[in-house]
Amino acid sequence: MSGKMVGVDVGGTFTDVFVLDEATGRARVAKVPTTRPDQSGGFLAGIGQQIEDLSEIAVVVHGTTAGTNALLERKGAKIGVITTQGLGDILEMRRRDRPRTWGLCGDFEPIVPRNLRLEVPERTLADGTIRQEVDLDAVRRAAHTLLSEGCEAIAVLFVNAYANAENEAKAMAAVRALWPNAHVSSSAEILPEIREFERFSTTALNAYLQPEVSGYLDRLEAALTTGGFGGEFMIVQSNGGVMGVETACKFPVRTALSGPAAGVIAAGYIAETAGFPDVITGDVGGTSFDVALIAGGKSMLSPQTSIDFGMVIRTPMIEIATIGAGGGSIAWVDKGGLLNIGPESAGSDPGPVAYGRGNTRPTVTDANVVLGRIDPESPIGGTLSRLDVEAAVRAIDAHVGQPLNLETTAAAEAILRVANSRMAGALRLISVERGFDPKRFAFMPFGGGGALHAGAMLAEVGIGRALVPRYPGVTSAMGCVIADMRQDFVQTINALADDLDVKNLTALMQSHHDTGMKMLDAAQSGFASREAIFELDMAYIGQTHTVSVPLPVTVAQGKVTPPTRAEIAAAFDAAYHATYGRLLSNGVRRVMNLRSAIIGRRPKFDLATLAPTTTGSPEEARTGTRRVHFGDAWHDTAIYARLDLPVGTVIEGPAILEQPDTTILIEPTLKGTIDPFGNVLIEAKA
Amino acid sequence: MTEPAMTKPTKTEIDPITLAVLAGRMEQIADEMDATLFRSAFNPIIAEAHDASHGLYHAQSGDTLVQGKSGLPIFVGVMAFAVKAVIEKAAENGDLSDGDIYIFNDAHMGGTHLSDMRLVRPYFRDGKLFCYLASVGHWHDVGGAVPGNYNPAATDAFQEAFVLPPVRIARGGVVQTDIIDILMRNTRLPQSAMGDLNGQLGALDLGVKRLDELMDEYGTEVIRAALDALGNRAEALMRAELSALPDGRWEAEDYLDNDGITDQPLPIRVALEIREDTLLLDFSGTAPVTAGPVNIALPTAVATAYVAIKHIFPSLPANAGVMRPIDVRVPEGSLLSAEFPAPVGGYTETILRMIDVIFSAAAQAAPERVVANAYGTINALSIAGKRANGAPWVMFSFYGGGHGGSSECDGLNHGNAPISTATIPPLEILEAAYPVMFRQWALRPGSAGAGTHRGGLGAVYEIELLEEKAEAFLFGERGRYAPQGIAGGEAAALNTFAYQQADGWHTPPLTSKMRGMKLTKGQSVRLETPGGGGYGPPAERLPAAVARDVALGYLSAEMATATYGPAWESAT
Repeated sequence: MSGKMVGVDVGGTFTDVFVLDEATGRARVAKVPTTRPDQSGGFLAGIGQQIEDLSEIAVVVHGTTAGTNALLERKGAKIGVITTQGLGDILEMRRRDRPRTWGLCGDFEPIVPRNLRLEVPERTLADGTIRQEVDLDAVRRAAHTLLSEGCEAIAVLFVNAYANAENEAKAMAAVRALWPNAHVSSSAEILPEIREFERFSTTALNAYLQPEVSGYLDRLEAALTTGGFGGEFMIVQSNGGVMGVETACKFPVRTALSGPAAGVIAAGYIAETAGFPDVITGDVGGTSFDVALIAGGKSMLSPQTSIDFGMVIRTPMIEIATIGAGGGSIAWVDKGGLLNIGPESAGSDPGPVAYGRGNTRPTVTDANVVLGRIDPESPIGGTLSRLDVEAAVRAIDAHVGQPLNLETTAAAEAILRVANSRMAGALRLISVERGFDPKRFAFMPFGGGGALHAGAMLAEVGIGRALVPRYPGVTSAMGCVIADMRQDFVQTINALADDLDVKNLTALMQSHHDTGMKMLDAAQSGFASREAIFELDMAYIGQTHTVSVPLPVTVAQGKVTPPTRAEIAAAFDAAYHATYGRLLSNGVRRVMNLRSAIIGRRPKFDLATLAPTTTGSPEEARTGTRRVHFGDAWHDTAIYARLDLPVGTVIEGPAILEQPDTTILIEPTLKGTIDPFGNVLIEAKA
Repeated sequence: MTEPAMTKPTKTEIDPITLAVLAGRMEQIADEMDATLFRSAFNPIIAEAHDASHGLYHAQSGDTLVQGKSGLPIFVGVMAFAVKAVIEKAAENGDLSDGDIYIFNDAHMGGTHLSDMRLVRPYFRDGKLFCYLASVGHWHDVGGAVPGNYNPAATDAFQEAFVLPPVRIARGGVVQTDIIDILMRNTRLPQSAMGDLNGQLGALDLGVKRLDELMDEYGTEVIRAALDALGNRAEALMRAELSALPDGRWEAEDYLDNDGITDQPLPIRVALEIREDTLLLDFSGTAPVTAGPVNIALPTAVATAYVAIKHIFPSLPANAGVMRPIDVRVPEGSLLSAEFPAPVGGYTETILRMIDVIFSAAAQAAPERVVANAYGTINALSIAGKRANGAPWVMFSFYGGGHGGSSECDGLNHGNAPISTATIPPLEILEAAYPVMFRQWALRPGSAGAGTHRGGLGAVYEIELLEEKAEAFLFGERGRYAPQGIAGGEAAALNTFAYQQADGWHTPPLTSKMRGMKLTKGQSVRLETPGGGGYGPPAERLPAAVARDVALGYLSAEMATATYGPAWESAT
């Protein structure tokens, strides 16, 4: 296959485009402002910067925040729910939690109000027995009511449908017969897994997103087609794999973390290519610091996430830990005299004090500005002409310096120290707490602000090196092009391991395998290889938290070879021991869920094509000198144009490397090396 | 409690920035201990409901230095007493050494109830005691007359559970299997208990390892100075909050329905007095010790005061310094300071009522800071029986209700109790594990207290037995005295419970407490829990908000008009 592959990441401020020409192996990037409310304008403008004739494009892969934003801003569709009699309030009752541990204020508005959640007579028991057939007349009446109320989508949510979906399927057929519309979701179709709130919430959020996300994707696809595009349009899922646009329209809930997941995928690939299969990524945004861990080239997946209080999505997602310490996070001193960073944030609008847009409370970025680490004369992003250093100084003095009796520079250093310590805490959380020693990892900052804090992460967490990719600002767009095609499946089994019906398990695995492979077959793009992964969620009886047990399964000529009960038991013992360090004598093993993943590995492009072609001395890339504060002193610090530095250059700290979308800080004790791929490798001086 | 926790002057000065960094690092240690136990525990009360806690405690006083964010709120204050009990016992033994771990569940020494197993481990640095690490978790079963240990008819501790005083489960790093044998022979669920014990030992090991690393990095003296400074800072924060409130004395009272034995209401009274930057909570006038298990030990009472204060001032740190400006007076002989072996199994109900009266009194001083009463009962319901193959089963859970309205907004529907962060197990998990079926699991219309901001709604749970026979046990409250509103808001609905028999539905004579209700196949029990109290006069509620409540079925049209007047009818 040849042609151009295009990755597009639409962020809050910028739309990033990454174009890979498969014939030549050459890659190009573009960055244009995001257009609102219709993002397709920026989307097409960004592609148009690099490609005139859209018919040259083989594949467009999109990392989208359309779903995330619709959830956070509560701008999904008006939807209705049809559910089991007596259980209509599950979505509103949640798992009986509260927004915060301390302080009892705060209420909760479910995405489907109570008058649009209608109950019908039906009941399935936990073992799959149908105790009461579904009353289809009641289903039809409920559907009529919801339609006359103006609902745009319907979710059918029956209890124990994971064990037997017969009643739910009958109800679905009745609703669809009455209202032929793609926007009807049922809980067993979306997530055939035990735990009604999580399943209902995921299904309802899917229905809530469907009209919005599928409308958006349809508009995009139409615009692409009008421009002459005849290739394949795909969407990044939260699990870091891509799916076809039809699948995305059916399961929009799988796009909840689409954008950030693409970034992690690219970071993992860049790091592995550079020789670091173990990497922790860090994205410093305006309000948050997002961290993900990749071990042995594989990113961690978590089974579920809460988009907001009570808005739970249970589909596999790249595990991203977020703390409220970004560039716009506000520094403040509490009544006990302790310096705090965030969670309050000035975001990107009004943004830091130095942006001059009305915020007067100092932020992390303001501290970086005051210490000379950010060039006030040419701020990144290109929307401001210069930064107001004096205003940042005044804010730091008033809100941090005076209460703590510190001079401006000391106060600014203090802000960074506390912010860095919080960021380091996030790195520790995702590595140490999961049993990984951070020393064997590299830290990869991406996004605009991460590379200012990379050195601090080395010092604070004991990470050996940081790797700054050549284009940190377009990492997510690059990830779109790199990501594999992937589909995840889950099915609750809930049986003792000793009584497990292996024949039934094999049938399920075969079905997951065939459905997933069919999806790969339907894709127009080629795959370097295909893979089927099967895992069981297992625990001892009485335990509620399960461990993932990878099954030693082979697939030959499309046929899944079943594991034996003994193999499953041995695999559980190995996984359990690895997690908890001990086994339980006399423990009874139980199988909760089967999880399958079918993956089509994409051919990877050669990152060396991104490497700088410049030669000559680093001094030619030197743009000047600036006074920058490190530790307790000002240093005359060399400034370089990062993209002009040739491969093999070693820059001794203190130094600052600048490029249009990122500032890289090399502290006095560190040095930076341009590796063969154009990455900057930051390590301690010898 | 007014005595300063750390009287020694700080030897090493610590700069505020290092302090901010270390505060986060130490909190992370405690959080990581919590996470370790939650992941590895066998029983859902710890694994799902997070009924556990970990922290660092002062070497001499036992005061809380740092505690994890994810543990159960009530433990934040109570663990200090557990550590104190061990300090006293170790002094008596006279040979505390590195690698010793004490274990006990005696609630009169360590607070809360006998289900909470406490492990306390001295932490040594350079051969000297530096501080204590502790782990507490709610075990599934610790013997006694009733599976799950909520025995509403218990008249002493021996009927509630086996009582373990502080003993060494490890000496110098060697686990004492004799002690483990005794423990495992005294529980109905030894496998679950062993799993939880392993988890707690693992959490303590991890705490030692992390603390070692922190000491290596910063040095013993810096850490000591940081701990001292954090205590002083917590005190300063508390004093600043109190100074901002008006001086005065405010009183509140409420009642427990009964003690599970005699049907007689039990008053809980508080006088809350603010003088400059100090606070007095005086519980004089509270009912005396009862025969039934609604007593609490003094440590529990002090810890409860802390929970209430921290809900009013949520940004305060989890550190004993907070309590220095606060004087908690509990009259001798009251049910808030019961002596061994008075039964304390139902302590949750009593401390929820303490929190309610503290909120009601504080609301008179600062209504905008306080939330009206939450549903106020844990409703510990267990259903137990034998399967066709003879295997015993016990389904045990706590149920939710509404939170109170506040100056900001209506109360939360179906929340967890203020003393807890526990989530409820999914009904599908319960139905998969036990022979029951939930006929209903829903919000309870009309259960919220009316107000400018009404309370949240309580819940209805109706559970049908699918096996031949079983017995049900309930330990609840608020069957006679409803959760109160504040600032002119009204009370919520009462807790109600009914169970089906061959001749129809029955209610327990003591309303919310009963043991040994016999059920046969097809019969159900039905629990309807209170909502939260209202905030502000109902007349000031926006008619559109009332109309919305009616449209959503949160309350009936008749009830809306009776409570809020007819204005809402034209607001639709």
